[in-house]
Amino acid sequence: MGAAVYLARLAHPADFEGWRVAARDALALDLPPERIAFAVDGDPAPLFGEPMPEAPTQAEAVNVPRAFPELARQVVCHSDDDRFLLLYRLLWRLAHENRHLLDVATDPDVMRARSMTKAVYRDAHKMKAFVRFREVPTPDGGTHSIAWFEPFHHVVELTAPFFMRRFPGMVWSIVTPRRSVHWDGEALSFAPGGSAADRPADDAAEALWLTYYASIFNPARLKVKAMQAEMPKKYWHNLPEAALIAPLIRGAEEASRRMLATAPTLPSFRHEKQAERDTMARAAIKAPATMEAFGGFNRKPEDIEEAREQAKHCKACPLWEPATQTVFGEGPADASVIFVGEQPGDQEDLAGHPFVGPAGKVFNEALANAGIDRAQAYVTNAVKHFKFEPRGKRRIHSKPSMGEVKVCRWWLELERELIAPKLIVALGATAAAAVLGRTVTIRDTRSKLIDLPGGDTKLLVTVHPAYILRLPDPEAQAREREAFFADMARAKDYVPQIALAA
Amino acid sequence: MAKTTLIDKLAILSDAAKYDASCASSGSEKRNAVKAKGIGSTEGSGICHAYAPDGRCISLLKLLLTNFCIYDCLYCVNRSSSNVARARFTAEEVVQLTMSFYRRNYIEGLFLSSGIIRSSDYTMEEMVRVAKLLRTRENFHGYIHLKTIPEASPALIEEAGLYADRLSINIELPTDVTLESLAPEKKPRDIRQAMGRLRMKIDDAKGEAADAGKSRAKPRRFAPAGQSTQMIIGADGTDDDQILGRSENLYGNYQLRRVYYSAFSPIPDSSSRLPLVKPPMMREHRLYQADWLMRFYGFNREEIVSGGEGGMLDLDIDPKLAWALKNRHLFPVDVNRADREMLLRVPGFGTRTVERILSSRPHRRLRLDDVAKLCRSAIAKARPFVVAADWSPGGATDRTDLRLDFVPRPKAPAPQQLSLF
Repeated sequence: MGAAVYLARLAHPADFEGWRVAARDALALDLPPERIAFAVDGDPAPLFGEPMPEAPTQAEAVNVPRAFPELARQVVCHSDDDRFLLLYRLLWRLAHENRHLLDVATDPDVMRARSMTKAVYRDAHKMKAFVRFREVPTPDGGTHSIAWFEPFHHVVELTAPFFMRRFPGMVWSIVTPRRSVHWDGEALSFAPGGSAADRPADDAAEALWLTYYASIFNPARLKVKAMQAEMPKKYWHNLPEAALIAPLIRGAEEASRRMLATAPTLPSFRHEKQAERDTMARAAIKAPATMEAFGGFNRKPEDIEEAREQAKHCKACPLWEPATQTVFGEGPADASVIFVGEQPGDQEDLAGHPFVGPAGKVFNEALANAGIDRAQAYVTNAVKHFKFEPRGKRRIHSKPSMGEVKVCRWWLELERELIAPKLIVALGATAAAAVLGRTVTIRDTRSKLIDLPGGDTKLLVTVHPAYILRLPDPEAQAREREAFFADMARAKDYVPQIALAA
Repeated sequence: MAKTTLIDKLAILSDAAKYDASCASSGSEKRNAVKAKGIGSTEGSGICHAYAPDGRCISLLKLLLTNFCIYDCLYCVNRSSSNVARARFTAEEVVQLTMSFYRRNYIEGLFLSSGIIRSSDYTMEEMVRVAKLLRTRENFHGYIHLKTIPEASPALIEEAGLYADRLSINIELPTDVTLESLAPEKKPRDIRQAMGRLRMKIDDAKGEAADAGKSRAKPRRFAPAGQSTQMIIGADGTDDDQILGRSENLYGNYQLRRVYYSAFSPIPDSSSRLPLVKPPMMREHRLYQADWLMRFYGFNREEIVSGGEGGMLDLDIDPKLAWALKNRHLFPVDVNRADREMLLRVPGFGTRTVERILSSRPHRRLRLDDVAKLCRSAIAKARPFVVAADWSPGGATDRTDLRLDFVPRPKAPAPQQLSLF
């Protein structure tokens, strides 16, 4: 072969398939980029170029990185005339120079292709955003939605599937200068372009849209540049709302000034009446006067419900603020056993109930294993708010300080006093310390019935179920689980009333 | 009084809705109406169909069902004591407007909020009815965002999540104390509890709840685009540290998709207890940047806030640059060797620039010129903080007056035509 330049013909401006076939053949023929030209049917023909010869049928398949066809599909939509050739040059270089060429983000060809895909992506995105359908009635009583749009690149093929997925229940057409696309409710079809005259004259809903556009605008925040960056002027002539932009900008300063200058008016009669009703309603609720000073702490609650209500407002230590809510104890007011944990965790904080998270699962398992009915026990925590460290999207449990335990002990003591159980089961060292009022070790106190001062209540200390979950060794975990189960059985032996009904 | 027409109502109830900054129509499940032969799709990223001259995107039809309200939140244009014009849509009218706008490709869907009328449940029920009509009768598959009333009953919230893509509850103000003082009827604890319940439902629907091990049927659909909130900036005296602390807390506690910051904007018939000044838009912008740094760049709040002074972000320069200027001992960073974490901390480098630097490095040693190509105009910001194959900033990194290079110079007194005063 001599140095002839061959011409590949493409059916339409974004003919990716046509380019793909031609490029594959050219590569099989070992044609360097200088010896091929591309022309779209209907465009002015280039001055020279012979038809492509037939490619060898046994040509080796070209192996290109997966990202390349994706890139090429976008680049063919660009309006630059040399887009097909650029793609072929990239293909040639991928095959002969560097298979990882696309990773070299600073290569001029790669950069150019990337900037072209960016322009195409942007134009396609704007087409999806700025196409405005107008509706015309059809003879059969239906509606045909028609839009006229002028994209800056050849993005009709690229965007048509989007419109199909979005508006399958309509009959619609989008007409652009070079291409048009039509959906009849069943299939997409493409045709040559049209003209602005194809756009229906008017649409009844447009007045509503213009009203919306003008009303949603906040004149106190005028930011014309930011608007134009996203809605460039070049698209304005096909956007009905764009006609409002200039008058809205002109009126903005005046509107803001008026707003600031106008003195606030007096509330209406309707508001005054409502306010009066609300004040009375609130006064009625507050009648028992328990909540007035210090969130209720000046008065000792008389029953567990009152205590729970007061505890909702507890701000005795700083833990309340980052937490969602107070997680108070739950169970019958005359329960014969109180289980005390350390503090609510992530799930407990969200749900407002004790022992509903992962540790709660282990706890429930242990109760079931021992044959204890949780509904008959009172379950609570030494500290009533979740203490945690924020870590991005997660909350990491952090151990309450002895100071926090001490402050919160007021509530625990109250629960103990009001419920007067036969047995308290402390789950973990924090719970044991909260009940006893002094630090103890699990090792010294575990599994024994300890007398509590001033009454008939006994204390049984065991581990916290979260401790079992944190053990990395499955064998140790199984062993600790058994020991925990055994402690629960001890609790039931001492207070058989909490057994599940047979 | 003349009967209010649909167009009058639209003017009143969209005007009343414009102070809610949220506009996102992204982050939902991918779905379309092809099988159902209906109308509407959501494909991950949202589309802004227009921009108002305030630079805000118009993606959703943002409406109040009504701007009558029994609450009297001082910062709100619709508060009970204000004398703005009032109107109320029927559910049917909102459905018709949404469908009509969607069919013309004006919008991605509906963002419906409402003043509280009669009771929380009554109001929520009305909003849910709109969403239900759109989904079940109109065969609508586009985006729906419902504002959620914290005190509404769980059954209504459940139903809202079944039809809506996103639910949101506004935290309104950065601290409980200021919220209680400016919004006497709102209870910060109720808001947090409601957010907690939404998170559990959303997690549950995603099958991520901690108790997902229980054998049971597939969870019902619930708000696949998650929940978001809005905080008003500049209506109270809270500093940026506290604001970002609140955001950090909300992201962590309730897995919010977004916290929207809304510069308090003077409202018609405003209360005299609130600042009547131009909205602090630069502050709002800096808070968004800081929020992004916390979520996508591995910064924590203390680091970001330390870039400014006295708990406030530097308004003149972006928060990453402000942090870098106060942590110069960590710079310059070698673009050919540094890890992703450190590259993300270079002023001017976005996440995409960092990706491109990392993918190019195995193939060639990057020169300053290459870096400039990858981060474009931001190279001026990056230059003193990086080392490249042919570039070292020398003493520039430690120049005491470096900050001045980035502070916008006050221009000659420009015609103040956009100023409010």
